[in-house]
Amino acid sequence: MSRSHRTSEPANPVGSTTATFVGMPSFPHAAADAVGNSQLRRNLRHATHTIRGKRAEVVAEVPDWEALRARAAAIKDATLARLDEHLMTLEDRLTAAGAHVHWARDAEEACRIVTDLVQQTGVDEVVKVKSMATQEIELNEALAAAGVAAWETDLAELIVQLGDDRPSHILVPAIHKGRSEIRQIFSERMAQAGRAAPADLTDEPAALAEAARVHLREKFLRARVAVSGANFAVADTGTLIVLESEGNGRMCLTLPQTLISVVGIEKVVPTWEDLDVFLQLLPRSSTGERMNPYTSMWTGVAEDDGPQDVHVVLVDNGRTTVLEDPVGREALRCIRCSACLNVCPVYERAGGHAYGSVYPGPIGAVLTPQLRGITGALEKSLPYASSLCGACFDACPVRIDIPRLLVHLRTRVVDEGRSGRPSAESVAMRSAEWLFSDARRLTRAQQGVTTAARALRGRTSLGALPWPMSAWSSARDVPVPPQETFRQWWARTHEGRA
Amino acid sequence: MTDAGPERAEAPKRVALFATCFNDTMWPGTPRATVQVLERLGVTVEFPWKQTCCGQMFTNTGYADEAIPLVRGFVDTFEPYAAVVAPSASCVGSVREQYAALARRSGDPGLQRAVEQTTPRVYELSEYLVDVLGVTDVGASFAHRVTYHPTCHSLRMLRVGDKPLQLLRAVEGIEVIELPGADECCGFGGTFAMKNAAVSVAMGSDKARHIRDTGAEVVVASDNSCLAHIGGLLDRGRSGVRWMHLAEVLASTREQPA
Repeated sequence: MSRSHRTSEPANPVGSTTATFVGMPSFPHAAADAVGNSQLRRNLRHATHTIRGKRAEVVAEVPDWEALRARAAAIKDATLARLDEHLMTLEDRLTAAGAHVHWARDAEEACRIVTDLVQQTGVDEVVKVKSMATQEIELNEALAAAGVAAWETDLAELIVQLGDDRPSHILVPAIHKGRSEIRQIFSERMAQAGRAAPADLTDEPAALAEAARVHLREKFLRARVAVSGANFAVADTGTLIVLESEGNGRMCLTLPQTLISVVGIEKVVPTWEDLDVFLQLLPRSSTGERMNPYTSMWTGVAEDDGPQDVHVVLVDNGRTTVLEDPVGREALRCIRCSACLNVCPVYERAGGHAYGSVYPGPIGAVLTPQLRGITGALEKSLPYASSLCGACFDACPVRIDIPRLLVHLRTRVVDEGRSGRPSAESVAMRSAEWLFSDARRLTRAQQGVTTAARALRGRTSLGALPWPMSAWSSARDVPVPPQETFRQWWARTHEGRA
Repeated sequence: MTDAGPERAEAPKRVALFATCFNDTMWPGTPRATVQVLERLGVTVEFPWKQTCCGQMFTNTGYADEAIPLVRGFVDTFEPYAAVVAPSASCVGSVREQYAALARRSGDPGLQRAVEQTTPRVYELSEYLVDVLGVTDVGASFAHRVTYHPTCHSLRMLRVGDKPLQLLRAVEGIEVIELPGADECCGFGGTFAMKNAAVSVAMGSDKARHIRDTGAEVVVASDNSCLAHIGGLLDRGRSGVRWMHLAEVLASTREQPA
C-alpha cells in the first residue's frame, strides 16, 4: 500500500507510547511500593473521597435507586444469557446502516484488523477518544509498531500518554498526578507530539486546560482517522454510544473521514428502553453528576455528515470464556463506572498501577484474572487484593457481588494449584483443617496454648514473630494468649469439671 | 426500643452458644461475657462441646474443600437448636452467606438441606438481643467514653445497622462518641492482613488515627479479629486506648465492672 506521504519522523516522537502492563509484579509487591508514597496516597485519598461524596449526594436524590440497580442487573443478565442473538442483531442493523462489522477473537486479531484498516487509509496518525477496550488490547502499541501514531485526546489520557505513564483509574486515568507534575509533563513533552505548551505555562488548572485545548485542536483538525470505543451498543438500531465530559470525544466522532470503533461484545444492550436505565445509572455512579456533559450516539453512516467510512470491531478477548463461568460471568455486567474504585480502601492506598491492568480496583481484581486466565503471579494475586469489606458491592450500579466473585476466584486459584507441589500455605491450611475437624484435637491444641501462656505470665504482648507471622508482628502488637480458654472456663463453671 | 413483632412472643429462651474458635482460644472473655449477658436476661445457654470453627479462614482464602468438613461439623453440632448466638459478626456472616455455596460444592443434598435449616437460626449477639429478645437495655453499666467501629461483616454482610449502637447507648454511665469514617474497613480482612500486610497496616493506621482523634478511652466492635488488628496498631503506638468486644461492655455491671 502507498505510504508516500509519510514523513521521515518516527510515528510517535513521544517515545515508546504508553507503557504496557505486561510483566507486572504481583499485587502485594506493587502495592507495598505505592503505600510508601505519601504524595500518591494524598492525591488518591483526596480524589476518591471527593468523587465518593458527590456520588453519594446524587444517588440519594434518586428515589428508586435500588430498584434501578436491580433492573440494570436483570437487563445485563438477560442480555448476556442470549448474547449471541443480540450481537447478530447488532451486526445486521450496523451493516444496514452502512457500517462495516468485524469480529475479533482476541487482542492480536483486533489490533491486526484496526491496523489494516488504518493502513488502508494511508495515514500515519489517528486521534482517539478514551477507550478501555483499545487499552485492554494494547492497540496504541500495535499501531506504533506499524508506524502509526495514536493520539489520546481525553485530557487525562493525554497527560498519561505524554508522561510515558499508565492509566491508574478507569475514569480519572491521571488521578495519581498532581497539577505541578502535569505542568512539567506538558512543558517537556507537548512539543514532541505537536503544538508546544506555552513557555510561561503555570500549574493553574485553567492554564493547563487551555494548553491541552490548543494542542488537541490542531490534532482534531488534521486527523483523517479516529478510533473510539463505546459505552453501549443498542442492538435494535445498531447505535453506538459514548459518554464523556470534555467534548474531545465528540470531535473525534464527527471530524475525521474514517471512524473505527472497538467495542467489547458485552457492551450490547437490546433496546433504547434498556439504555435508558444505564444512562440514569452511569453518570451518577461515575462522576457524581446527574447527567454527563456529552452523550454522543451514532448509527452507521450519515450521508455528508460526519465520518463516511465507519467500522465496528467487536472484540471477544476472553469474554466468552468468562461467560462460561456461571459465577464469574457477573463481572461482565460492568459498565466501567469506577464507583467501586472510589469506595475501595485498598485502591485508595495501593493506587491503580498495582493492579497491573487497564482495569484497576475491585472490578479489575475480578475481571483481569478472568479475561487473561489465572496464569501469572499477578493474576493469581489479584483475587487476594481485597479485604472483602463489601463497599464495592454496595456502590456498584449493576449489583456485581464483587466480594463473592473474589472468593470464587480465590477458590479457582487454590483449586488450580492443587495438582502442583504443595505450598507452605496449603500445608498449613490442611493441618488447620485436621485440627478443626475434631473438637478433641482442638481442645488438646488449646491446652498447648494455655500452657505457653502461663509461661508468658506478666507479658502484655509477644515480640517479633518468625515468618510467616512476622507479616503481622512487624507493625502490630501480638496479644498474649489467655491462661484459660473459654472451653476450660465453661467446663469449670457450667459442667462442674475442670 | 425496637418492636420485634410476632417473633418476640416465641423468642427462643434457650440458645446454643457458638463461641467461635478464635474467641475460644484467644479471647475467652468475649464468649464468657456473652454467657453472662444472656443469663442475666433469663436465657438458658448451652455450649455444644463438639463445636470448633466456622471455616471462614479457609473459605475466604480459597480453600473451599477444606471448609466443607467444618460446614458439616457446624450443622451437625447446631441443627438441634432453635437459636444459635455468636459474638462474632464475621463468623455469623460466613455461616449465613457462604455455607449454601459450600454445601452445593459438596454435592451432598443432605448437607444442603441441613445448611438451609440451620443457618437462618444463627444470630450475631446484637441481632439476637434486639431482634429476637426485643431488648436494648441489658442492664449494663460502663462509665467510660467509647467509640464504636462497625466491622464490615456486621455492617455490610449481616446489615445489623445501628443495633450495637442502640445497645451501647442504653448502657448506664456510658458516653458514646461518633467515629469519623466509621464505615471504612480497618484492613484486617482475615489472611489479607498477612498476604497484603503493607496495605492492611496502612488501612489500620488510618483507622487507629481516627479512633485516637475521638479522644475515646475504649474502642468497641463486634469482631475480635478486627479489634486485634486495630488494637495491635494502637498498642504498638502506645496510644493508651483500650479495645473491647461489644459483649464485654454489655456484660459490665456496677457490681462487676469490666
